[in-house]
Amino acid sequence: MEKDRRDFLKIGGISVLGLSALPVFEALAQGKDPKAMPDPRALQATQWAIVVDMKKCWEEQEKRQCKDCILACHKVHNVPSIPDAKREIKWIWQEEYKHAFPDQANEYAPEQVKDHPFILLCNHCSNPPCVRVCPTKATWKRAEDGVVMMDFHRCIGCRYCMAGCPFGARSFNWGDPREYLDPQQENPEFPTRRKGVVEKCQFCAERLAVGLQPACVEACKAKALVFGDINDPESEVRKILAENYSLRRKIELGTGPNVYYII
Amino acid sequence: MYDSGKIIPGIILFVGLFTFPFWSNMGKAAPAPKPELPKTAKVCVMDTAFMKTEHMVLLNHWRDKVVREANRVWLGPDGKEYKMSIQNGCMQCHTSKAKFCDQCHNYAGVSPYCWQCHLEPKENL
Repeated sequence: MEKDRRDFLKIGGISVLGLSALPVFEALAQGKDPKAMPDPRALQATQWAIVVDMKKCWEEQEKRQCKDCILACHKVHNVPSIPDAKREIKWIWQEEYKHAFPDQANEYAPEQVKDHPFILLCNHCSNPPCVRVCPTKATWKRAEDGVVMMDFHRCIGCRYCMAGCPFGARSFNWGDPREYLDPQQENPEFPTRRKGVVEKCQFCAERLAVGLQPACVEACKAKALVFGDINDPESEVRKILAENYSLRRKIELGTGPNVYYII
Repeated sequence: MYDSGKIIPGIILFVGLFTFPFWSNMGKAAPAPKPELPKTAKVCVMDTAFMKTEHMVLLNHWRDKVVREANRVWLGPDGKEYKMSIQNGCMQCHTSKAKFCDQCHNYAGVSPYCWQCHLEPKENL
Protein backbone atom coordinates (compact mmCIF):
# COMPACT_ATOMS: atom_id res chain seq x y z
CA MET A 1 0.00 0.00 0.00
CA GLU A 2 1.37 3.31 -1.02
CA LYS A 3 1.25 6.25 1.36
CA ASP A 4 2.04 9.75 0.30
CA ARG A 5 3.13 12.46 2.65
CA ARG A 6 -0.33 13.99 2.82
CA ASP A 7 -1.95 10.77 4.09
CA PHE A 8 0.84 10.25 6.58
CA LEU A 9 0.36 13.71 8.06
CA LYS A 10 -3.42 13.23 8.24
CA ILE A 11 -3.18 9.94 10.13
CA GLY A 12 -0.41 11.30 12.32
CA GLY A 13 -2.45 14.37 13.21
CA ILE A 14 -5.54 12.37 14.12
CA SER A 15 -3.45 10.00 16.26
CA VAL A 16 -1.92 12.87 18.22
CA LEU A 17 -5.40 14.32 18.75
CA GLY A 18 -6.57 10.93 20.00
CA LEU A 19 -3.71 10.70 22.50
CA SER A 20 -4.41 14.17 23.86
CA ALA A 21 -8.02 13.18 24.45
CA LEU A 22 -6.95 10.34 26.78
CA PRO A 23 -6.58 12.49 29.93
CA VAL A 24 -9.99 14.01 29.25
CA PHE A 25 -11.57 10.56 29.11
CA GLU A 26 -9.77 9.59 32.30
CA ALA A 27 -11.03 12.71 34.07
CA LEU A 28 -14.58 11.98 32.96
CA ALA A 29 -14.32 8.36 34.01
CA GLN A 30 -13.38 9.48 37.53
CA GLY A 31 -16.96 10.57 38.09
CA LYS A 32 -17.65 7.09 39.44
CA ASP A 33 -14.82 7.12 41.95
CA PRO A 34 -15.70 7.57 45.61
CA LYS A 35 -15.34 11.08 46.88
CA ALA A 36 -15.70 13.21 49.98
CA MET A 37 -18.13 16.09 50.02
CA PRO A 38 -19.64 18.51 52.52
CA ASP A 39 -22.97 17.89 54.16
CA PRO A 40 -25.64 19.92 52.34
CA ARG A 41 -27.04 21.04 55.72
CA ALA A 42 -23.76 22.78 56.66
CA LEU A 43 -24.07 26.42 57.77
CA GLN A 44 -22.20 28.92 55.60
CA ALA A 45 -20.59 32.22 56.52
CA THR A 46 -17.54 34.32 55.71
CA GLN A 47 -16.59 35.00 59.36
CA TRP A 48 -18.49 33.52 62.25
CA ALA A 49 -18.87 35.63 65.37
CA ILE A 50 -20.62 35.47 68.74
CA VAL A 51 -22.27 38.37 70.53
CA VAL A 52 -22.62 37.86 74.28
CA ASP A 53 -25.26 40.02 75.89
CA MET A 54 -23.88 40.12 79.44
CA LYS A 55 -26.98 41.84 80.82
CA LYS A 56 -29.12 38.83 79.93
CA CYS A 57 -26.37 36.48 81.08
CA TRP A 58 -25.97 38.17 84.47
CA GLU A 59 -29.73 37.99 85.04
CA GLU A 60 -29.58 34.21 84.67
CA GLN A 61 -26.39 34.02 86.72
CA GLU A 62 -28.10 35.87 89.58
CA LYS A 63 -31.19 33.72 89.33
CA ARG A 64 -29.57 30.30 89.40
CA GLN A 65 -25.80 30.47 89.12
CA CYS A 66 -26.33 29.62 85.47
CA LYS A 67 -23.47 27.86 83.70
CA ASP A 68 -25.55 26.20 81.01
CA CYS A 69 -23.28 27.20 78.11
CA ILE A 70 -20.14 25.92 79.85
CA LEU A 71 -21.78 22.67 80.91
CA ALA A 72 -23.22 22.06 77.44
CA CYS A 73 -19.94 22.75 75.66
CA HIS A 74 -17.82 20.71 78.00
CA LYS A 75 -20.28 17.84 77.86
CA VAL A 76 -20.50 17.53 74.08
CA HIS A 77 -16.76 17.92 73.61
CA ASN A 78 -15.69 15.61 76.42
CA VAL A 79 -13.79 18.40 78.17
CA PRO A 80 -12.56 17.08 81.52
CA SER A 81 -13.05 19.05 84.73
CA ILE A 82 -9.66 19.04 86.39
CA PRO A 83 -9.65 20.64 89.84
CA ASP A 84 -6.01 21.77 89.65
CA ALA A 85 -6.17 25.27 88.09
CA LYS A 86 -2.72 24.84 86.57
CA ARG A 87 -3.89 21.82 84.60
CA GLU A 88 -7.49 22.76 83.90
CA ILE A 89 -8.95 22.47 80.40
CA LYS A 90 -11.39 25.13 79.30
CA TRP A 91 -13.18 25.84 76.04
CA ILE A 92 -15.63 28.37 77.46
CA TRP A 93 -15.26 29.78 80.93
CA GLN A 94 -16.03 32.61 83.35
CA GLU A 95 -13.66 35.44 84.20
CA GLU A 96 -13.86 38.69 86.14
CA TYR A 97 -14.13 42.03 84.34
CA LYS A 98 -10.65 43.19 85.39
CA HIS A 99 -9.05 40.04 84.00
CA ALA A 100 -11.18 39.81 80.88
CA PHE A 101 -10.65 43.48 80.00
CA PRO A 102 -7.39 44.46 81.72
CA ASP A 103 -6.86 47.31 79.24
CA GLN A 104 -10.14 49.01 79.95
CA ALA A 105 -11.03 47.84 83.46
CA ASN A 106 -12.31 50.92 85.17
CA GLU A 107 -12.01 51.05 88.94
CA TYR A 108 -15.28 52.96 89.16
CA ALA A 109 -17.23 50.79 86.76
CA PRO A 110 -20.75 49.83 87.86
CA GLU A 111 -20.84 47.22 90.59
CA GLN A 112 -22.78 44.87 88.33
CA VAL A 113 -19.96 44.87 85.79
CA LYS A 114 -17.21 44.54 88.38
CA ASP A 115 -18.86 41.82 90.41
CA HIS A 116 -20.20 39.50 87.75
CA PRO A 117 -18.09 37.15 85.67
CA PHE A 118 -17.93 37.45 81.89
CA ILE A 119 -18.26 34.47 79.57
CA LEU A 120 -15.02 33.97 77.66
CA LEU A 121 -14.12 31.65 74.79
CA CYS A 122 -11.77 31.54 71.83
CA ASN A 123 -12.18 34.78 69.88
CA HIS A 124 -11.59 33.18 66.48
CA CYS A 125 -9.48 36.21 65.65
CA SER A 126 -9.37 37.66 62.16
CA ASN A 127 -5.58 37.71 62.49
CA PRO A 128 -4.87 34.87 64.90
CA PRO A 129 -1.39 34.86 66.49
CA CYS A 130 -1.74 31.21 67.51
CA VAL A 131 -1.93 30.25 63.84
CA ARG A 132 1.17 32.28 62.95
CA VAL A 133 3.31 30.53 65.55
CA CYS A 134 2.12 26.94 65.07
CA PRO A 135 5.07 25.05 63.54
CA THR A 136 2.99 22.11 62.26
CA LYS A 137 -0.15 23.86 60.97
CA ALA A 138 -2.09 21.89 63.54
CA THR A 139 -4.07 25.07 64.05
CA TRP A 140 -5.18 27.21 61.14
CA LYS A 141 -7.81 29.72 60.17
CA ARG A 142 -10.44 28.28 57.87
CA ALA A 143 -10.61 30.46 54.77
CA GLU A 144 -14.29 29.67 54.19
CA ASP A 145 -15.82 30.75 57.50
CA GLY A 146 -13.03 32.13 59.68
CA VAL A 147 -13.09 29.40 62.31
CA VAL A 148 -9.71 28.96 63.99
CA MET A 149 -9.54 25.18 63.79
CA MET A 150 -7.44 22.59 65.57
CA ASP A 151 -6.21 19.33 64.08
CA PHE A 152 -5.56 17.33 67.23
CA HIS A 153 -3.91 14.64 65.15
CA ARG A 154 -1.20 16.99 64.09
CA CYS A 155 -0.56 18.90 67.33
CA ILE A 156 2.87 18.13 68.76
CA GLY A 157 2.18 19.90 72.06
CA CYS A 158 4.87 22.58 71.74
CA ARG A 159 2.48 25.15 73.27
CA TYR A 160 3.69 28.00 71.07
CA CYS A 161 0.04 28.78 70.37
CA MET A 162 -0.63 29.11 74.08
CA ALA A 163 2.16 31.63 74.34
CA GLY A 164 0.85 33.38 71.25
CA CYS A 165 -2.78 33.62 72.34
CA PRO A 166 -3.34 36.78 74.41
CA PHE A 167 -6.74 35.54 75.57
CA GLY A 168 -5.77 32.36 77.40
CA ALA A 169 -8.15 30.45 75.16
CA ARG A 170 -5.95 27.39 74.83
CA SER A 171 -5.36 24.58 77.29
CA PHE A 172 -2.71 21.91 77.36
CA ASN A 173 -3.26 18.30 78.36
CA TRP A 174 -0.55 17.69 80.93
CA GLY A 175 -1.91 14.21 81.50
CA ASP A 176 -4.45 11.79 80.09
CA PRO A 177 -7.75 13.73 80.16
CA ARG A 178 -9.74 10.50 80.36
CA GLU A 179 -8.74 10.14 83.99
CA TYR A 180 -11.00 13.10 84.69
CA LEU A 181 -13.90 12.00 82.50
CA ASP A 182 -16.70 9.80 83.67
CA PRO A 183 -17.05 7.01 81.06
CA GLN A 184 -20.81 7.08 81.61
CA GLN A 185 -20.98 10.81 80.84
CA GLU A 186 -18.78 10.81 77.75
CA ASN A 187 -20.29 11.93 74.46
CA PRO A 188 -19.78 8.90 72.18
CA GLU A 189 -20.03 11.12 69.09
CA PHE A 190 -16.96 13.22 69.86
CA PRO A 191 -13.41 12.12 70.65
CA THR A 192 -11.47 12.97 73.77
CA ARG A 193 -7.95 14.32 73.59
CA ARG A 194 -4.75 12.65 74.70
CA LYS A 195 -1.78 13.67 76.78
CA GLY A 196 0.44 16.27 75.15
CA VAL A 197 -2.14 17.99 72.95
CA VAL A 198 -3.45 21.56 73.05
CA GLU A 199 -7.18 22.13 72.76
CA LYS A 200 -9.66 24.98 72.54
CA CYS A 201 -13.10 26.04 71.30
CA GLN A 202 -13.64 25.48 67.58
CA PHE A 203 -17.00 27.24 67.27
CA CYS A 204 -18.48 23.73 67.18
CA ALA A 205 -17.17 23.06 63.67
CA GLU A 206 -18.62 19.54 63.88
CA ARG A 207 -22.08 20.99 64.59
CA LEU A 208 -21.88 23.74 61.96
CA ALA A 209 -21.08 21.01 59.45
CA VAL A 210 -24.49 19.43 60.01
CA GLY A 211 -26.44 22.67 60.23
CA LEU A 212 -26.51 23.10 64.01
CA GLN A 213 -25.66 26.21 66.05
CA PRO A 214 -22.79 25.95 68.52
CA ALA A 215 -23.68 24.02 71.67
CA CYS A 216 -23.23 27.04 73.98
CA VAL A 217 -25.60 29.17 71.88
CA GLU A 218 -28.17 26.40 71.78
CA ALA A 219 -27.90 25.81 75.55
CA CYS A 220 -28.39 29.46 76.57
CA LYS A 221 -31.99 29.84 77.71
CA ALA A 222 -31.61 33.60 78.16
CA LYS A 223 -30.61 33.98 74.50
CA ALA A 224 -27.57 35.90 75.71
CA LEU A 225 -25.36 34.22 73.11
CA VAL A 226 -26.03 35.00 69.46
CA PHE A 227 -24.09 33.39 66.67
CA GLY A 228 -23.85 34.65 63.10
CA ASP A 229 -21.86 35.97 60.17
CA ILE A 230 -20.18 39.25 61.12
CA ASN A 231 -19.65 40.17 57.46
CA ASP A 232 -23.33 39.87 56.59
CA PRO A 233 -25.08 43.20 57.29
CA GLU A 234 -28.40 41.37 57.51
CA SER A 235 -27.27 38.90 60.16
CA GLU A 236 -28.64 38.99 63.68
CA VAL A 237 -25.23 39.66 65.19
CA ARG A 238 -24.78 42.75 63.02
CA LYS A 239 -28.25 44.03 63.93
CA ILE A 240 -27.48 43.66 67.63
CA LEU A 241 -24.11 45.36 67.24
CA ALA A 242 -25.70 48.23 65.31
CA GLU A 243 -28.11 48.88 68.15
CA ASN A 244 -25.81 48.36 71.14
CA TYR A 245 -22.39 49.57 72.14
CA SER A 246 -20.12 46.55 72.39
CA LEU A 247 -16.74 45.59 73.80
CA ARG A 248 -14.12 43.23 72.48
CA ARG A 249 -11.17 41.92 74.43
CA LYS A 250 -7.73 43.51 73.96
CA ILE A 251 -8.49 45.00 70.53
CA GLU A 252 -5.34 47.14 70.73
CA LEU A 253 -3.31 43.97 70.07
CA GLY A 254 -4.72 43.88 66.56
CA THR A 255 -5.76 40.25 66.49
CA GLY A 256 -9.30 41.17 65.49
CA PRO A 257 -11.33 39.15 68.01
CA ASN A 258 -14.75 38.03 66.81
CA VAL A 259 -16.49 37.67 70.17
CA TYR A 260 -18.41 40.80 71.15
CA TYR A 261 -19.72 41.76 74.60
CA ILE A 262 -22.68 43.99 75.39
CA ILE A 263 -22.85 45.38 78.93
CA MET B 1 39.03 -36.79 62.16
CA TYR B 2 40.39 -35.75 65.48
CA ASP B 3 37.99 -35.54 68.39
CA SER B 4 35.07 -36.74 66.34
CA GLY B 5 33.56 -38.10 69.55
CA LYS B 6 33.17 -34.54 70.81
CA ILE B 7 32.57 -32.70 67.53
CA ILE B 8 29.73 -34.81 66.11
CA PRO B 9 27.60 -34.80 69.30
CA GLY B 10 28.52 -31.11 69.61
CA ILE B 11 27.19 -30.36 66.14
CA ILE B 12 24.03 -32.36 66.80
CA LEU B 13 23.51 -30.53 70.08
CA PHE B 14 24.12 -27.17 68.40
CA VAL B 15 21.69 -27.84 65.54
CA GLY B 16 19.13 -29.08 68.05
CA LEU B 17 19.42 -25.99 70.23
CA PHE B 18 19.60 -23.63 67.26
CA THR B 19 16.39 -24.98 65.73
CA PHE B 20 14.61 -25.16 69.11
CA PRO B 21 12.18 -22.33 68.34
CA PHE B 22 11.11 -24.04 65.12
CA TRP B 23 10.35 -27.52 66.39
CA SER B 24 9.04 -26.45 69.76
CA ASN B 25 6.41 -24.28 68.03
CA MET B 26 5.63 -26.85 65.35
CA GLY B 27 1.93 -27.20 64.75
CA LYS B 28 1.15 -24.41 67.19
CA ALA B 29 0.74 -21.59 64.65
CA ALA B 30 -1.48 -18.80 65.91
CA PRO B 31 -4.89 -19.15 64.28
CA ALA B 32 -5.65 -16.70 61.52
CA PRO B 33 -7.69 -13.77 62.81
CA LYS B 34 -11.44 -13.92 62.35
CA PRO B 35 -12.80 -10.41 62.61
CA GLU B 36 -16.53 -10.45 63.18
CA LEU B 37 -18.31 -8.73 60.31
CA PRO B 38 -21.39 -6.65 60.94
CA LYS B 39 -24.71 -8.38 60.54
CA THR B 40 -26.60 -5.19 59.78
CA ALA B 41 -24.73 -4.12 56.65
CA LYS B 42 -23.35 -6.06 53.72
CA VAL B 43 -21.24 -3.35 52.04
CA CYS B 44 -18.53 -1.11 53.41
CA VAL B 45 -17.39 2.33 52.27
CA MET B 46 -15.05 0.62 49.81
CA ASP B 47 -14.82 -2.97 48.61
CA THR B 48 -13.58 -5.63 51.02
CA ALA B 49 -10.22 -6.24 49.36
CA PHE B 50 -9.40 -2.54 49.51
CA MET B 51 -10.55 -2.23 53.11
CA LYS B 52 -8.46 -5.22 54.18
CA THR B 53 -5.21 -3.76 52.94
CA GLU B 54 -5.79 -0.01 52.73
CA HIS B 55 -8.19 0.94 55.54
CA MET B 56 -5.46 2.81 57.38
CA VAL B 57 -4.71 4.86 54.29
CA LEU B 58 -8.39 5.57 53.84
CA LEU B 59 -8.72 6.63 57.48
CA ASN B 60 -5.81 9.06 57.12
CA HIS B 61 -7.39 10.41 53.94
CA TRP B 62 -10.72 10.80 55.72
CA ARG B 63 -9.07 12.58 58.63
CA ASP B 64 -7.62 15.20 56.30
CA LYS B 65 -10.85 15.57 54.35
CA VAL B 66 -12.98 15.97 57.47
CA VAL B 67 -10.76 18.05 59.73
CA ARG B 68 -9.04 20.22 57.17
CA GLU B 69 -11.60 20.47 54.37
CA ALA B 70 -14.84 20.02 56.33
CA ASN B 71 -16.01 17.33 53.90
CA ARG B 72 -17.85 14.95 56.14
CA VAL B 73 -19.90 12.87 53.72
CA TRP B 74 -18.39 9.98 51.78
CA LEU B 75 -19.93 8.99 48.48
CA GLY B 76 -18.95 5.34 48.17
CA PRO B 77 -18.30 3.49 44.89
CA ASP B 78 -21.80 2.02 45.22
CA GLY B 79 -23.25 5.55 45.26
CA LYS B 80 -24.28 5.31 48.92
CA GLU B 81 -23.48 8.12 51.36
CA TYR B 82 -21.59 7.46 54.58
CA LYS B 83 -20.56 9.56 57.57
CA MET B 84 -16.79 10.01 57.47
CA SER B 85 -16.13 9.34 61.12
CA ILE B 86 -14.67 6.52 63.15
CA GLN B 87 -17.04 6.95 66.05
CA ASN B 88 -20.17 7.94 64.09
CA GLY B 89 -19.39 6.01 60.92
CA CYS B 90 -17.20 2.90 61.10
CA MET B 91 -18.12 1.85 64.61
CA GLN B 92 -21.86 2.16 63.96
CA CYS B 93 -21.65 -1.02 61.86
CA HIS B 94 -18.51 -2.53 63.35
CA THR B 95 -19.96 -2.23 66.82
CA SER B 96 -17.19 -4.05 68.63
CA LYS B 97 -13.57 -2.97 68.71
CA ALA B 98 -12.60 -6.21 70.48
CA LYS B 99 -14.32 -8.46 67.96
CA PHE B 100 -13.34 -6.52 64.85
CA CYS B 101 -10.34 -4.16 65.04
CA ASP B 102 -8.39 -5.98 67.71
CA GLN B 103 -8.66 -9.35 65.97
CA CYS B 104 -6.19 -8.53 63.20
CA HIS B 105 -4.30 -5.82 65.04
CA ASN B 106 -3.38 -8.20 67.84
CA TYR B 107 -2.48 -10.93 65.36
CA ALA B 108 -0.25 -8.56 63.39
CA GLY B 109 1.18 -7.07 66.56
CA VAL B 110 0.22 -3.50 65.74
CA SER B 111 -1.36 -1.03 68.15
CA PRO B 112 -2.80 1.94 66.28
CA TYR B 113 -3.23 5.00 68.47
CA CYS B 114 -6.74 5.84 67.19
CA TRP B 115 -8.23 4.91 70.53
CA GLN B 116 -6.13 7.25 72.60
CA CYS B 117 -8.59 9.94 71.55
CA HIS B 118 -11.46 8.27 69.71
CA LEU B 119 -13.92 6.54 71.97
CA GLU B 120 -14.62 2.91 71.30
CA PRO B 121 -18.20 1.73 71.44
CA LYS B 122 -19.35 0.71 74.89
CA GLU B 123 -19.72 -3.05 74.99
CA ASN B 124 -21.50 -5.12 77.54
CA LEU B 125 -18.80 -7.70 77.85
